[in-house]
Amino acid sequence: MGAYFNEIFRGLQSLCIGLGITFKEFFQPVVTVPYPYKTIKMSERYRGHTELVEDESGNPKCVACGMCQRACPSQSISLASKSVEYEVEVKGEMKTKKKKVLTKYELNFTTCSLCGQCVESCNFGAVTFSKDYNLASFRKEDFHFDLLNRLKERNS
Amino acid sequence: MSAPIQIQPGETFTLNVGPQHPATHGVLRVKMEMDGEYIVKAETVLGYIHRMHELMGENRTYPQVLPNLSRLDYLGAMGYTHGHVLAVERAAGIEVPERAEYVRAIMVELNRIASHLFWFGAFVMDLGGFTPLMYAIEDREYILDMLEAVTGSRLTYCYFRFGGLYNDIDDDFVNAARAFIPRMRKSLKKYAALVTGNIIFEKRLKDIGPISAEMCRKYGASGPVARGSGIDFDVRKNEPYSVYPEFDFDIPVYHECDSLARYMVRMDEMEQSLRIVEQGLDKLPDGPIMPKKKPKLIKPAAGDYYQAVETARGSFGIRIVSDGTKNAYRFKLRSPTYSNMHMFDEACRGMMIMDALAMMGSLDLVIPEIDR
Repeated sequence: MGAYFNEIFRGLQSLCIGLGITFKEFFQPVVTVPYPYKTIKMSERYRGHTELVEDESGNPKCVACGMCQRACPSQSISLASKSVEYEVEVKGEMKTKKKKVLTKYELNFTTCSLCGQCVESCNFGAVTFSKDYNLASFRKEDFHFDLLNRLKERNS
Repeated sequence: MSAPIQIQPGETFTLNVGPQHPATHGVLRVKMEMDGEYIVKAETVLGYIHRMHELMGENRTYPQVLPNLSRLDYLGAMGYTHGHVLAVERAAGIEVPERAEYVRAIMVELNRIASHLFWFGAFVMDLGGFTPLMYAIEDREYILDMLEAVTGSRLTYCYFRFGGLYNDIDDDFVNAARAFIPRMRKSLKKYAALVTGNIIFEKRLKDIGPISAEMCRKYGASGPVARGSGIDFDVRKNEPYSVYPEFDFDIPVYHECDSLARYMVRMDEMEQSLRIVEQGLDKLPDGPIMPKKKPKLIKPAAGDYYQAVETARGSFGIRIVSDGTKNAYRFKLRSPTYSNMHMFDEACRGMMIMDALAMMGSLDLVIPEIDR
């Protein structure tokens, strides 16, 4: 009989302790952020979708070697390039050389898993992560990002 | 209007729990044969989110499989990636710098705490208490913020590389981790007073959902489930890997075999993980995070390799059969919750449905990991 009442007393006491903790918590500072009105700054290393990096003259650093294309686990990257002849001065002589110029860099974000293998495989530092996270659309085509176009838009 | 269905005495009916039911924590379907409120038989049905991770592991090159491992278990992703990189490093004979090993251990343990915290919140919510979930998520958020600052991602980290790490930790991380340890210890005390001492919580779990040590052996259960049944087995102690022999920590074991024992094991494990993080930060050596000599293309010699690691849910094994090419010939994943879940049928027979769901919560099921 004593044990019965003892348990009731102990049980009530444990409930009061719990209520005390939640009551104390009531006066703690707010830790949440009211999202659409206030946003948090993304961390420095945040891995969003990829973005092309430009050089000093505003052209993409990319040399269209296709390393990222091969490294991608889901074949999300497709790029195209054309060969351009240009002249350089080597030891006082003008010489024509060929180089590849990027004409298309498309990221299929519907299959991208944001793993960062493309960024890591790039030997020229031409691909980086964006801080973009507000991505929503009703159309699938909106997630086929034309990164070259995005770069041009950023510059204009 | 049709007449209500009359159930004859001794007649059973079938109840479907899931595949989309909050108590199953994912797309798990349980076909329960019920006799009133009592369970006669429970059949677990899988296959709703099968993504063929093992086949992907055979079709892709070794580095390309790295992101897949975090998609197995979204709550404790670090532990699974750890197993994968250890297995491939063993196969390809890659040396890992000491600093990388220490950082890996710290990351895995922080992730284990985050995983247990979320389990703790969800488990108490299964039993009807909503408040502890909010407190647990607040603490977990600190860990996720720390990990995000280093890895760039909050859940699917993909942080470990063959031979080292994706990028190094900085002083900010070390300071944040040091500040987190006392905070977490305070929180654990709070949880003990708020939840563990609660009379309703105790009554719902004590002596309910018995899983004997014998049953654990029969089904190959591991992790906190086995340790709650008195089996003193932890891969970190029994088959040490990485730098775990350097750390001083205990393996909590409870012999009660009930749901409360499994809960207590996880709560104690968080404290032990904190100890490992503390020691890891103290011992953290300077140096590179990637080896100087690293093969450009990973092509392990032909052979059969196996590596087991202790993840938040139990012993995770990965077997790689290599034929000397850049793809694995066979890529087998042994996930802990797959074995743990299959005990549910035998353990829940004759139990009331609310008790059975409480027991299911104490198994800590993460469905993408069972059904990979």
